[in-house]
Amino acid sequence: MSLMKRISLIFRSKANKALDKAEDPRETLDYSYQRQLELLSKVRRGVADVATSRKRVELQVNQLEQQATKLQTQAEKAIGAGREDLAREALTRKSGLTSQITNLKEQQATLQGEEEKLVLAQQRLQAKVEAFRTRKETIKATYTAAEAQTRIGEAMSGIGEEMGDVGLAIQRAEDKTAQMQARGAAIDELIASGALDDASQLNAGDDISRELDALSSGSDVEAELARLKAGSAAPQAIEPAEDGGDILAGQPDAVRAEGDNDESGRA
Amino acid sequence: MIVRILGEGQYDLEDHALDALNGLDNQIEQAVDAGDEAMFRTALQGLLAAVRSSGTHHDPDSLDESDLILPPPDATIDEVRELLGDDGLVPG
Repeated sequence: MSLMKRISLIFRSKANKALDKAEDPRETLDYSYQRQLELLSKVRRGVADVATSRKRVELQVNQLEQQATKLQTQAEKAIGAGREDLAREALTRKSGLTSQITNLKEQQATLQGEEEKLVLAQQRLQAKVEAFRTRKETIKATYTAAEAQTRIGEAMSGIGEEMGDVGLAIQRAEDKTAQMQARGAAIDELIASGALDDASQLNAGDDISRELDALSSGSDVEAELARLKAGSAAPQAIEPAEDGGDILAGQPDAVRAEGDNDESGRA
Repeated sequence: MIVRILGEGQYDLEDHALDALNGLDNQIEQAVDAGDEAMFRTALQGLLAAVRSSGTHHDPDSLDESDLILPPPDATIDEVRELLGDDGLVPG
């Protein structure tokens, strides 16, 4: 017998076995209908779960893309400051991110595909469940228990096959989502650990930023010094200095950051 | 006759249209036996494409059983083996 025929037979016998529960054939109808409604809500949950995972991956892609843009800007600044070593480091990190982003976008497409499949599965099952409900009421109203047997058998095997199909679709979607959630959690951890430098964090600063900040604050200091020497110091540069205690108290992090900075000694 | 592609739904096919697909069915079986994933993929895609192009969608409101049930388009050999095994399919 051909492989496909074997698959068909096995699939069908499993699907039918799963529904063959009640003694009174009419009870079987109601029991099956309950199972169908449960499966329908399970598909709806499945659609929502996959959508949540997809959105999470989208968020991660956005975060990593922001970070890649930031590294690009840093590389340009570093080149402008004559620091090829820093620029090289920034670009190296960016290329690492680029492969992560490509990977995540593939996941995103897969999840999108699973979501669409489940939505269609939900629509198909919905149509069959509705047809089954109508058939069930007709059978109950029209036939005696003995007569109903054959009609019920027909309706049951048709819906059983659909339920088996949808059940399999949910299972496959869950498996794929679970795999991606594991990988997604790893990316979240990376972002949380600062290894990818979450740009939304206060005092966001990887070592490249710190060096670039040091370079630019160094040149700011030089420029201000030059202005002071020329006797054209801007008034706002003096006012904060009179009130310096409060500002320092309000910005302990800033003070610490400057403390780490070699250039601050000159300021 | 009615053919179901798992994950896609049911199609109506002329009986003779299905005869033409037997060659692909044999290829799939050989690929599964040999564990040849590439050959399996090609043969399965060919079979499913032929069903889609020579069939029409079966009435979604019907409760008819399919005569033939085919694996989903992205199935792997392992999944087909699972379909043939004792577990792997959870109806409902």
